[in-house]
Amino acid sequence: MTGSETDIVVMDSIDKSFPGVHALDRVNFRLAHGEIHALVGENGAGKSTLVRILTGAERQDSGTISLDGVEVVIKSPPHAQALGISTVYQEVNLCPNLTVAENLLIGRQPRKWGRIDWKAMNRQASEMLRGLDIEIDVTQRLDSYSIAIQQMTAIARALVISSARILVLDEPTSSLTAHETEQLFRVMRKLKGEGIAILFITHFLDQVYEVSDRVSVLRNGTLVGMYETANLSRLALITLMLGRSLTETEDIARQKIESGRHIGTDALLEAEGIGLVGSIAPFDLVLHAGEVVGVAGLLGSGRTEMAQLLFGIDQPTSGSMTIDGKTVKKYSPIGSIERGVALCPEDRKAEGIVADLTVRENIIMAMQARRGWFRHLSMSEQYEIADKYIKLLNIATPSADQPIRNLSGGNQQKVILARWLATNPRLLILDEPTRGIDVGTKADIQKLVLALAEDGKSCVFISSELEEVLRTSHRIVVLRDRAKVTEFAGDIDEHSIMQAMAGSEAEAGSEAMAGSGA
Amino acid sequence: MSAARSASRLDRMRGSRLFVPIFALAAILLLDLVFVPGFFKLEMKDGHLYGSLVDILRNSVPTVVLALGMTLVIATGGVDLSVGAVMAIAASVACILIDPRIVGVNLQGNITAVVGDPTYSFMPIPVVILVSLLAAIVCGLWNGLLVAFFRIQPMVATLILMIAGRGIAQLLTNSTKIIIFNDAFAYIGNGFIVLPFSLAIVAALFAGAWLLTRRTAIGLFVESVGISFRASLYTGINEKLIKLFVYAFCGFCAGIAGLIAVSSIRTSDANQIGLYTELDAILAVVIGGTVLGSGGRFSLLGSVLGALVIQATQTSMYAIGVPASAITAVKAVMVIVVIVLYSRQVQDAGVIISTRLGRRQTAA
Repeated sequence: MTGSETDIVVMDSIDKSFPGVHALDRVNFRLAHGEIHALVGENGAGKSTLVRILTGAERQDSGTISLDGVEVVIKSPPHAQALGISTVYQEVNLCPNLTVAENLLIGRQPRKWGRIDWKAMNRQASEMLRGLDIEIDVTQRLDSYSIAIQQMTAIARALVISSARILVLDEPTSSLTAHETEQLFRVMRKLKGEGIAILFITHFLDQVYEVSDRVSVLRNGTLVGMYETANLSRLALITLMLGRSLTETEDIARQKIESGRHIGTDALLEAEGIGLVGSIAPFDLVLHAGEVVGVAGLLGSGRTEMAQLLFGIDQPTSGSMTIDGKTVKKYSPIGSIERGVALCPEDRKAEGIVADLTVRENIIMAMQARRGWFRHLSMSEQYEIADKYIKLLNIATPSADQPIRNLSGGNQQKVILARWLATNPRLLILDEPTRGIDVGTKADIQKLVLALAEDGKSCVFISSELEEVLRTSHRIVVLRDRAKVTEFAGDIDEHSIMQAMAGSEAEAGSEAMAGSGA
Repeated sequence: MSAARSASRLDRMRGSRLFVPIFALAAILLLDLVFVPGFFKLEMKDGHLYGSLVDILRNSVPTVVLALGMTLVIATGGVDLSVGAVMAIAASVACILIDPRIVGVNLQGNITAVVGDPTYSFMPIPVVILVSLLAAIVCGLWNGLLVAFFRIQPMVATLILMIAGRGIAQLLTNSTKIIIFNDAFAYIGNGFIVLPFSLAIVAALFAGAWLLTRRTAIGLFVESVGISFRASLYTGINEKLIKLFVYAFCGFCAGIAGLIAVSSIRTSDANQIGLYTELDAILAVVIGGTVLGSGGRFSLLGSVLGALVIQATQTSMYAIGVPASAITAVKAVMVIVVIVLYSRQVQDAGVIISTRLGRRQTAA
């Protein structure tokens, strides 16, 4: 498998610098025919730079690229496509308001008498998708399908347009549910069987193990190594990525037990039958000071809806909520901020950061909003606050005056956390705070959440990674189909939570399992 | 060492928002220096300063005033097409308050004594100014209401008042031109304290707008709403109120511009006052570096410079001998140049050129 005659892509001593950053330092990379090759590394390790060079979006400073033994200079993304390298990005780059068939065959529609032959077009499109084992109505609009189907449409288009031999998947799974991810993996395995080389970039280590044959690890712009996935233990992989061993998991576990001793007895927030028609069914919820309450559920189970209701983005249509025994009358973000409630939203790009503003301005925004239009924080106060949190949360930025869009995802998330910590909240709702963030920063954020709980703050921790919810939460609320299903406290085992998340079909299955266990 | 420093200075200059307007203004004035003899000559007559430079400043006043309000609106991601019509409304309101015969108020005394009396005004002048500005603010609030609360596209929302506003102004004056004889009111647009009095109004307005946006949180919130109104909402910023405010402020500025305009021509001409001025105001803001469409970072000083660039071009063209009817063509060229200068391609090319220059200089 590692024999050089099977290598379709050979990248040798690739070097790339940006002003102030040595992004890639003599990286050697190989990609073989018919393999799924995972590329992993922390944020800023150089993954995207390497991919951008391979796909023609960026030119290397030095080093060579060969395809099938022939040295090539990849000039531009269209040139890369012409060479048989296709890329599918995290965000689907198609037209959501056209049909699936139109998206697949746009620019190459079959014609008859000079007009578009719609029947032939729909038939061809169906065949293309059937090739990936997907049976859908291609005459429906693209946005009527799930993100997974949309992504698969993008893959099908990429394969057809350039008759791709190399498929680059850049974080394709970050917005997919477990089921959809499985569907994508089936397609990936099928393509692999057809001899296509797949480069798979992901943050999810589970998926590396599930689907990849080999894994290349980047760290600080250098290639740490290339390994057969099956022969590399998970701990070894994380150690390679971080360059240090990860005892943090144990630290976090210890910290959780420690902080669990300080949970208050009086309710900080008490919600009774609060709900919004069409969004989330009425639910009860009690939060105490010093407690981390995890929210588990599949995508679309109502996690974000719950967060938005508690923070007052949406107005409830039923029920009531008290904070410190006082009934909430005005549901609005500013009202919540005044009550000491904060929300780190799920969609960091659209709802979190204000991209063109500086780190300093992003940090002081919520605090300034609370003070109002006219009690302006002076420049020196702003720098004081910003510098304090940059230090406290270890935010990697050249200065407080850097536009936040220049920061990596993990550091942007830290800035959003800083924004809320500056308002000194008593309840912090974190909606997917670690999505798309590297392992090291993830652990930092988990530790921070527990430290805040120890400080007497109450946290609601929402995440699609169950492992993470389990690790940080003292209590776990499970959502399914836009309703609260149950709650777990004390010693929580992963299996029963998954059953609760999955619902009735799985319950039947688990009964069988319980039977065999007994 | 010094080469590297000068390269970084070049970077900083190019990165500054004010680079384009300052450069453009300098280029135009340089052309005048070469081609128009006596362009920079200033003369003192009866304690008033005269000269082409004074003309540029004086004639740019309405555009500068409008551009200040327009800057904030554009920074929130909007645009206000109605400012010209609001100018006309404010002008008409002022005129009927000074001489209300047209709306059926029966003036006591001799008509001929009223007409032509330079001290006569039906309402005291401060009341005239206040009420006219209030009317303009109400117009702005109407725009803000449509944009912020009814979520109508700013261009469509303000188009309504752009069309209807002139009709309202006509209606107020019953489609006639009211002539103003009051000297105190005429002083707003015609007065001199060495320099034209209207420049003092502009200076005060600029200082006020700057303090209001940069010494309170309003500037930050305006930029934040422009860049991402969803993120602003999640941060607790009342984005609706911010939008309402900027449109009201824009209306207020249009009111001031309207008063200056009607005062300087001493006639309520609802058809002509402020006609097409919205386009100059928008162009001034864009030259000043605030991005039309997406909003975000804004520069009040940039917009003022932008208005001066427009007026300097116009005055210079007249001085060179370009006929007035061809001025629109010159403006069109200016629009093209501005759009190209701010385009992504040119900006990227600028980065490449300045890094290459820097590299060569460090190598040397």
